[in-house]
Order: sequence, then C-alpha cells, then structure tokens
Amino acid sequence: MATFTDPEKTSRLKEQMDQSRKQYEQEKYKKITQKHVPKVSILKNAVNAFWVGGLICAVAQTLFNIFSNAGFTVKEANAIVAMIMIFLGAFLTGIGVYDSIAKVGGAGAMVPVTGFANSIVAPAMEFKKEGYVFGIGAKMFSIAGPVLVYGIVTSIIVGLIAFTIM
Amino acid sequence: METKKVGKQTIKFANPPIILETSSIVGPKEGEGPLKDTFDHIVDDMYFGEKSWERAERKFLEEAIKTVLNKKKLTSEDIDFLLAGDLLNQIISSNFAASTLGIPFLGLYGACSTMYEAIALAAVLIDGGFAHKIIAATSSHYATSERQFRYPTEQAVQKPPTAQWTVTGAGAMLLGTRDQGEGPVVTFATVGKAVDAGAKDPMNMGAAMAPAAVDTIITHLQDTGRKVEDYDLIITGDLGSVGRSIAIELANKNGYDLSNNFEDCGILIFDPSQDTHAGGSGCACSAVVTCGYLMKALREKKYKRILGIGTGALMSVTSIQQQESIPAIGHAVAIENV
Repeated sequence: MATFTDPEKTSRLKEQMDQSRKQYEQEKYKKITQKHVPKVSILKNAVNAFWVGGLICAVAQTLFNIFSNAGFTVKEANAIVAMIMIFLGAFLTGIGVYDSIAKVGGAGAMVPVTGFANSIVAPAMEFKKEGYVFGIGAKMFSIAGPVLVYGIVTSIIVGLIAFTIM
Repeated sequence: METKKVGKQTIKFANPPIILETSSIVGPKEGEGPLKDTFDHIVDDMYFGEKSWERAERKFLEEAIKTVLNKKKLTSEDIDFLLAGDLLNQIISSNFAASTLGIPFLGLYGACSTMYEAIALAAVLIDGGFAHKIIAATSSHYATSERQFRYPTEQAVQKPPTAQWTVTGAGAMLLGTRDQGEGPVVTFATVGKAVDAGAKDPMNMGAAMAPAAVDTIITHLQDTGRKVEDYDLIITGDLGSVGRSIAIELANKNGYDLSNNFEDCGILIFDPSQDTHAGGSGCACSAVVTCGYLMKALREKKYKRILGIGTGALMSVTSIQQQESIPAIGHAVAIENV
C-alpha cells in the first residue's frame, strides 16, 4: 500500500479530490435542474419563425414587385426596398411593437434586415438618458457591433479564399 | 459570554422585535396580478412621472418609506436607522432615497434577498438594544434591471420559459421594540451561506437559488429543532416555478417534505396569463409580497407562524460575461403572532 509521507503531495491530492467531488456534485445538480425546466417546443418555434420571417420577406417582395413594375431597375428597387424595410423595423421598434413580434417569431424576426434595424434602434432609444455621446453614440452598436465585426471578418476570409482559388 | 445564537447559523431573539407597520407600492403589471388588493398603492406609470426609470425606482422606494411613516404618523427623525438596498450598481436607488429622507442609513446588498437581510439585521439591532425604530426597505424596477443585467427593453429577444420578470415596486417595514404596540414579531433569523451549485444560466436564476434556499431552510429547522409542519407557511422570495419544484425535490432528498406548505412570492405575485415565464423576481418581489399579502394574512390571523426566506442570485454582468457560475444565498426570518 502506498503511503504519502510528503505533506505537500498529500494536500495536493486532497485538493484534487475536493475539486473532482465539487465537479461531480455540480454535474449531478445540473441533471436535477434539467428535469424541472419546461420543455420548449422546437417545432412550434420553428413554425412561428418560418411564418413571421416569411411574412416580413413577403412584404419586402411585394414592395420590390411594385417598384420594378413602376419602372425602377433591379438595383434601384433593391435599394428602395431595403430602405423601407429598415425604416419599418426602426418604426415598429420605436412604437414598442417589434419586441412583441420577436417574442412570437424569434429568429424569424431577428434575422431579416428589420431585426438588424431593431438591434440598433432599441439600445439607441434605451440609452438616450445617458446622453448623445456615452449613451446613444456608445451603446447604439452594442448588439449590432459584434454582428458587423464578424460579418466583415467572414467576408474578408471568404473574399481571400475566392481570390486565391480563382 | 452567553449569546443569542442557536445551532450553526440561527439567531434566537430574546426580546422579539415587533413589526409595527408595513407598506408596499407596485407598478402596473403587479397591480393587475392576483395580489392587487394587498398593496397600498398601484402606480400605472412605469416612469412614475419621472424622466428616467432609475429616477422612478428611487421614487418607488421613497414613497414606500414615506407611506409607512405616514401610516404611523411618524417623521424621519423618529427613525433610528434605515436599512435598504436594491439591484442597481452601487445600490444607487437606496443611496438617493436615503439622502432625500435623511435617516441614518446602512446600505445593504444581497441581490433579491436584501429585504430579508434587512429584516434580520433590523431585528438584531433592536433586540440588542441599539435602536428603537428601524425601517427595512428595498426596491426593484423591471426596466432598470433589464437594461443593467440583460438587453434594452425594446430588443427583439425570445426569453426561455425559465426566465423571470423583475417586479416593479418597493416595500418598507417598520420594526420596533416590543413595548410600542401589537402585531407579529420576529422570533428567529437564520443567516444563509453563499452556495455555489455551479449553475451558470442567468435566464434560469431559480436553478441557481434553489440549493441556497433549501440549505437555509434545513439549517433553520435543525438549529431551532422545529419541523416543517410547525410553520403554517414556508415562503421563498423569488425561486419562481422552476426553482420551487427543484427546491421541493432537493428538500425531499434530504428527508424534508415541503409539498404541503411551501410557496414562493414570485409565483404568487403574477398570474400565469401575465406571460412572466417562471414568475416574478427582484428585491421588490419578496418585499411587496411580505409587506402586503403576508402581513395582511398574519394580521387577520390566517397564519400564526411563517418562515420567509429571501433568495438572491449573487451575480454581476461581468461575472456572467466571463462565464462564471452564479452563487446564491437565502436568509430566513421567522415571523409569528404571539
């Protein structure tokens, strides 16, 4: 039988045992909590996201059709539709409706450009009290900022790959 | 020297302080809930006529304290100490309220457990002979908490069913020495340990707080030699529906049956139709339910003896962003009609 005469070694071993016991307890507790968390219906959420997101896109497509029938080029009509949709997202956020749409639609309301507008307008409204510089200016991109950063980084990487292949 | 401490964590008050008066003020959503008739005032405006939500929260706290003073026809000068706290950084709501009222002030932070921490400390000061009259008060506000801890209120986010709704409002309790009137008294206080069960999800605070609440309840029962059924009601602050069912299971595993007389302020304050997910939370949750509904029930002798446990999730925005776990605490106070 091995005996530990080195006190430092013994205390290190005890520390390791305590650590793994704690980890075991926490894992055990996690299992208990999972039983009590109400189940979220993925199907229901997906269906809601589909029709809410689809509805937003259908509105945009309808606008696009109207403008291209009115004689605008595809490029022009695209720009006009994007402007209108961003305005709608910002407007619905301003009157306090967009967060209720997102409560039902989830990612269906977050992913389209209206959701991007919401992510900028919501903090801008909220932090007006802290002033135009440290409030609106600093907080406006607190949620949209990371999206922009990683969006741009990803497009650079994809661009570089495309550049080397072609 | 003989002390008033019994067991591991409990104080037994030799001269139990009396709860002389309470007041509770809530916001519009709480004013539509099942407990609406038990509050002193319901304010329909989340801004309370102020220019920011932070100023509104401060006003909720001030008004709650002024109401309790008015009910007893007292002024700030009659109060020895104000023990108050809230959820905002550096407990700013309480600091401002204290500066307006001019009562000697001890600021407290125990997250959502602060009201019970304040009641316990007030009872200690009074029983110890250090004060005649003390006010314990806390506040919270849905919008100030959302923007400090989570997202802007108009942000397009979908919350999980375990999320809770911060109660808007404030509660104040006037405690004093026994010779000053009639009413329920504080007989025991069990100071909780900060328990870290490894929970990390800030959208599931019930799971973070349940082990702390159960730890305090069991310790209280062991320290006092009482049984679960000695209490007409054991009520936690804001475990919510998820935390409550976890707590019942944890207690059961330790041989305590909480299935009969165990409630939660966060579940009582809202109706499931109000879309608050797992229920209410925040410093004001336990404060307004204790100062409103529970005190009313005690005065009407519906309950003879209750054990309230203020529950708090001890996290910060920084600790959550650094993926740290959420330690939690529960402070228990026994309130009795004697």
